[in-house]
Formats: sequence, structure tokens, C-alpha cells
Amino acid sequence: MTTLKSHTEERPKWNNKAEYLLTCIGFAVGLGNVWRFPYLCQIYGGGAFLIPYLIALVFQGLPLLYLELAIGQRLRMGSIGVWNSISPYLGGVGVASMVVSFCVSLFYNTIVAWVLWYLFNSFQEPLPWSQCPLNHNNTGYVEECVESTPVNYFWYRQTLNITPNMETSGSLQWWMVVSLATAWSIVYICFIRGIETIGKAVYVTATFPYLVLTIFLVRALTLPGSSEGLIYLFTPDWEILKNPQVWLDAATQIFFSLSVAFGGLISFSSYNSQKNNCERDAVLVGVINSATSIYASIPIFAILGFKAHTNYVTCLNGNILALTNEFDISDMNITVENYEQWFDSLNGTHPSRVSNLNLKTCDLQTFLDQSASGTGLAFIVFTEAVISMPGSQVWAVLFFIMLFSLGLSSMFGNLEGVLTPLHDLKLVPKWMPNELFTALICLVSFLVALIFTMGSGNYWLEIFNSYVGSVPLLIIAFFEIIAVAYIYGIGRFSDDLEFMTGHRPNIFWKVCWLVISPLMLIVVLVAYVAVQAQTHPTYPAWNPDYVNFPDTEVLPYPDWVFAICVLLSSVPVISIPLVAIYRLICCMSGRHSEDRLHNDPNPYANEGYVVES
Amino acid sequence: MLVRILVLLYLAGAPALAQTLCQPNASNGYRVRISIKTALGNQAYEWNENEMFLFRATMAFAMRRCYKTETYNVDNIIVCNQTLRVSFWFVVTSPENSTMLIPKADVEKAVSMSRHRINNAFLLTDRTLEFLGIHPTLAEPVNPDTPPWLIVFGVVIGAVFAGIIALLVSSLLQKRRKEKGMMEDGQDEEDMQVKGVENGNVLDGIYNRGFTDDDRFTKL
Repeated sequence: MTTLKSHTEERPKWNNKAEYLLTCIGFAVGLGNVWRFPYLCQIYGGGAFLIPYLIALVFQGLPLLYLELAIGQRLRMGSIGVWNSISPYLGGVGVASMVVSFCVSLFYNTIVAWVLWYLFNSFQEPLPWSQCPLNHNNTGYVEECVESTPVNYFWYRQTLNITPNMETSGSLQWWMVVSLATAWSIVYICFIRGIETIGKAVYVTATFPYLVLTIFLVRALTLPGSSEGLIYLFTPDWEILKNPQVWLDAATQIFFSLSVAFGGLISFSSYNSQKNNCERDAVLVGVINSATSIYASIPIFAILGFKAHTNYVTCLNGNILALTNEFDISDMNITVENYEQWFDSLNGTHPSRVSNLNLKTCDLQTFLDQSASGTGLAFIVFTEAVISMPGSQVWAVLFFIMLFSLGLSSMFGNLEGVLTPLHDLKLVPKWMPNELFTALICLVSFLVALIFTMGSGNYWLEIFNSYVGSVPLLIIAFFEIIAVAYIYGIGRFSDDLEFMTGHRPNIFWKVCWLVISPLMLIVVLVAYVAVQAQTHPTYPAWNPDYVNFPDTEVLPYPDWVFAICVLLSSVPVISIPLVAIYRLICCMSGRHSEDRLHNDPNPYANEGYVVES
Repeated sequence: MLVRILVLLYLAGAPALAQTLCQPNASNGYRVRISIKTALGNQAYEWNENEMFLFRATMAFAMRRCYKTETYNVDNIIVCNQTLRVSFWFVVTSPENSTMLIPKADVEKAVSMSRHRINNAFLLTDRTLEFLGIHPTLAEPVNPDTPPWLIVFGVVIGAVFAGIIALLVSSLLQKRRKEKGMMEDGQDEEDMQVKGVENGNVLDGIYNRGFTDDDRFTKL
């Protein structure tokens, strides 16, 4: 009786198409769309950056996306099973995907934990990052905070409690551990029943960011200085297209933004019915991902323009106060508008006194040029902007809930890329229910991720981000496309696509899969490694005892850390040659039977059944 | 006659004496800087003689409040060098001896003690009513007993754990119900024709009844 039950246990299915699409979109649209793309747009000449970006999307992003969704849907297995089916020698590709997904989910959820910490702290009046705390004997403000800014102090000291360098590990920060536990608990509750609960969760997590972005857009456009930010963002600088770095960054941005090569997309599409138009799905997901990036950059830059304007006005007001006090001019006679004339006349009549004041040069352009990406954008620049907005708590809460939804929906894909292959590999003991297995994986991930809650955690996170989440993915994607285009065969693949979508892929897809995409991937991979290898790797350290504090101290990685970096890049992809060699050895040493490839007993192929009587 | 002349001289000389007591950069004087328009914007009032009188009265009040034994009066506060900014210098004379100035430290103590009252009298703040040389009192940090973030965290984690337990329990109940249901109509399933879809190969197979675990029933 019990064996009957396990045979009829079907593969889980999506409740409806919307859940599947929202999950894929949620996986693709992540934190990078909000805090990486606008930064790239800014430093690479605004509107002009869209050209290499869209070219990379069309010739590299969409073909890879279509490929992953198609093979997942056709072969109906997670990443390991899929690549085992295509060619046993390339089973390592699936293992590599799983390892990379595991490593990425470790540090990605830590970022979600940071977002949660800021979210919890946004429910206070005044916001804790708006002012410096008092020191021990209440005589003044904490020195570290006074020398940098309250926002920096809250991020580096009260959130991370960061150590001055990587060798000093510090201890576990209990508030970070608590936030991390919350993040993993929320991920677990969404994963409890597999895609059944994920499908419900994505209705909120995938759509809420768009709502918040729209609210921010409307709010930001009413703030002073927003138009300067937008003009600055979208003014195209066509000269920048001659710089090859731009093309490289556009290609890598599209690649990492679409979350291919993680195995998560393969898992999600494996729960589809086979007769599903995955071509339309792929194009939809890819286009929506890029459109979201562009849409997100508008309110981000409007608010950054507002922040630059505020900083500019504060700078000017400082100068105005100095001039007013020095020359005993009536209060508020010098304003932001007539500052120039006053300054010129005063400088003409009393140049020595004016120069003694050491007035700062206030230039709006300089403030606009202060760009930031990644955690710097979210936790330093944006939080500073939020303080100046009326009703800061509301905006802070909305912003961090949006970041939380973005991170959570991407975590679904990351963790799915770990769970589904393990299920398909039949590594889960029969007695263990799915819920327990998921809990175990979440617990193990939480315990390993405690590294990132130590004092030096942020430095380690940057290492993971740069070394695990970059080169291994490019290598995996390259092998994926080679496996399908050349080993599986483009003819067979076209037959499968015809079976699933109803029509054969047109010449554009075929050319991309055969030639353009692998070529682009190789070029990007080589260029990326070359650029990384040129500079000796360094990291910015926050050291209050540094001479030029509050500037970050640029330190080189110690040797043992550098060895770990190399390990992180190579261990995931080492499985590709290892599995190939292992299979080769097995194949050469003993050819038992043809179905060595299908080790699990298949009750529908009854060759193995022998009647003993 | 002589007395009258002396009285007249004294009355004429007193203000002059007062002026010599109060000078810019006096060792026992403080400079005050007021920024009314910055603080109040449209509702700014004009600084005139009456406001100055209020200032002197407030300072006398502050001195009285600090040194309860001596009764200071408006005459004890001498003001000079008013500029358009608005800024001026002031010194405090002793009630007993009008030529003696109160030391700087004592004046500072009085001002710090009543700073809040002085600010409020003029609808200003520590930043807009500056006593140059006297540091503004730092705002007392509001330290709630439980940090607010802990409260939010508690609510969120409580909801999440409640949800996890609820989902786990309902999964368990569902499984038990399924098991019960399956045991009742388990006999019918052996005759079922199952279309197998496994590993991408669509198999139109009839379920192989021979491949069942029925060793319990037959001893071979």
C-alpha cells in the first residue's frame, strides 16, 4: 500500500499561470534592479547606457532565459536531473548550479536580514540614523559619529559593528543574529508547502515593489531638486559607448539581473505542464525585468536629486551663516538666491576677512556626482534622503518593505535551486517529510550564515558577492548553452520546443544559441577575469583610527583570504570536470547495462522485475 | 547746593560709567546673537527697545533664580554694541556695588540653568539665541525601557512562528486524512490505469499489477 502511494505522488504543479510568471519575475527582479542598475546608468552616461544594456538583453539574456525555461519544462526535473538527462558527463553543471545557489542564498538572506533590521528601526521617532547618540558622560556626541555622519555611524557601528579590518573577526552581534533568524523563518514559512505557499506569497512580494516605486515616484517628483536628478540621470553621454568597460558592465548586469544559471528557473518551469508556451514566458520575464530596472531608476534618481539639492542648500546656508555672523549683516538678508552677489561684494571689499572664514565651495554638480550602489545606496544615501522628507517614518517603512519583498522573492529562486535538485537526486530519506527537510536546509543555511553576523561579516559578504556570484555563474551558463546547443543538439531541442509551444524556434533563437550567446559569454568571461586579475584585490575598511577618517581605508586582502576567494570561485565549478571524469571512468571500467544512467527503479519499465518462485 | 551738584554729576556720570563697564570683548561679558527671522520666518517680530528690555528682565530673572540670596534688577544688566545682526554684548553688575561686575563663570551658570526659560521667552531655540561661549545644553536622549525595534521584531517573529505551526499542523492533519481515505478505497487503486509521465517520456503504459509489494499476502 505504501509503495502505491509514492508512485501516484505527482510532481507539484502551479495553481495557475499567474503564480508561475510572478514567481519567475520575482526571482529575476531583485535588489540589483534597484541599487545596481541606476548606479550603472549614472556612471555610464545616463540614457546612452540603455543601448549596450538592451543589446545584451536581446542577444544574451533572452536566449539564455528561454533555454532554461524550455529545458526545465521539457525534462521536468531540477537542475541536476536535467543536466544528467541531457548528458551524464555534464551532470556536474547541475551540481555547480546547486552549490552556487546555496552560497548565494547564504549571503543574500543576510542582506535581507539587514533590511529587516532597518525596517524594525524605522518605527521610531526620531529615526535612529538622524542624530548622533550622546557619549558616556553626556558631555557631547560620540566622536566617531561626529567625524563621519549619523547615517554612516548607524550603518557601520550600530548595525554592523564593523571591525577595522578583516583579520579581526569580532564577535557575533546578537541583534544581527536575531534579524537573520527572522529572515530565515520568513523564508521557511513561505517554503513550507513548496510552490503551493510560494505561489501565494509571490502575489504580494512580486507586486508590492511596483506599488511602492510608484508611490515614491509621485512623492519624489514633488520634492525640490528632483528634476535636476532626473536630467542628470537621463542626459546621454554618447562618448561613453567607446569605452569597452561599459559593454562589459552592461552584459554582466543583464546576466546577473536575470538570475540565470542558478537552477531556480529550471526548477520553477519544471512544475509546469509540458504544453506551455515558454517562449512567450521567457520574453515576458526578460522584458519585465529590464523595464523594472528602468522604471526603478526614475524615483531613485528623483530622490537622489532631492538629496543633492538638500546638501547643496545646507552647504550654502552654512556659508551664509558664517558671512552673516562675521559682517553682522541683518538676519536672513543673505539668502540662497542672492548669495552670489553678496559674496562678490563682500569679497571685493574685505577679501582677507572672507578668506579667513574658510567657506566651502558649494557646487550642485559635485553633490549629484556622489554616486553609490549596493548597500551604500540603500543604507546610507537613501536613508539620509529619507530624513529630509516630511513624514520620514512612513517613507522609511515603505522603502524597506519594498527592499524586503524584492529580496524575499529572489530568495525563493535561490533556495529552490537547492531544494529541487536534492529532491530529484532522491537524497531525501523516505521517512522525512518535505517540511522537515526544508526546515533542516534553512537551519543549516542559517548556522553557516552566522559568519556574516560577526564584526567582519560585511567584508566576507563582499567577498562572497564578488567571487561566488560572478565568475562561476558565467562558466555554468556557458556550459549550459554548449550542452543544449551542441551536445543535446539544436535539432532535438527544436523538436522539443515544437512539441511544447506548437512552433519551431525561428532563426533568431537558433543563431543566438549556436553562435552569438556562447561567443558573448566567452568574451564577457575572459574580459571579466582579465579586469579582475589586473588589480590586486583590495577592500574598503571602516577604521575610526584611520588618518583620513571618515574616508574608508583601502586595504589589500590578506593571503589566506585571497586563497579563500580563489576557492570560492573554483569549488562550485570544479564539479563540472570532476563529474565528467568520474562518469568517464565508470563508463570505461564497467559497462553493466544501458540503464546505468537511470539508476532509480522505474516501475513503468519492467525489465528489472524477475519472478522468483 | 553742593549736594545737588554732586547728585547731578552722579546722574550724568552713571550711564557713562555703565558704558565703560560694558565693552565688546569685556572679560566678564558675553556676546549674544539672535536670529529671529531664521527661527520664526513669517511670524518674526521686530527687535526693538521693548524686546531689549525683556532680555534684560529675563537675565535678571535668571540671575535671581540661580543666586537666590541676591535680588538682581533690570539695571544690573548692562547692554552695549548692538548691531543689525542682531547681536550685542552684556555684562551683569552686582546689586550691592554697581561698579563691580559678576564674574563670567557665575553668569554662565545662571544662563545654563535657565536656558530653557530664556529661549521660551523669545520663542527661540539654543541655535537661534546664542550666548557665544556658553555651550547649548544637549537634548536628553529618550531611552525607552524596551527598544522600539525589539517590539516590532517580537510582533513579526510571533506572527511567523504562529503561521509555521498552523501550517505544519494543517499539513499533518491533511496527511492523516489522506491516509485514512486511501486505506478505505485502496483496493480500487490496483485496477487503476495510470498514465505515467516520468522523466519527460510520455508512457502510455498500463500499470503493471505484477509489480506490487504484496509479499505480505503470498508466501513464495
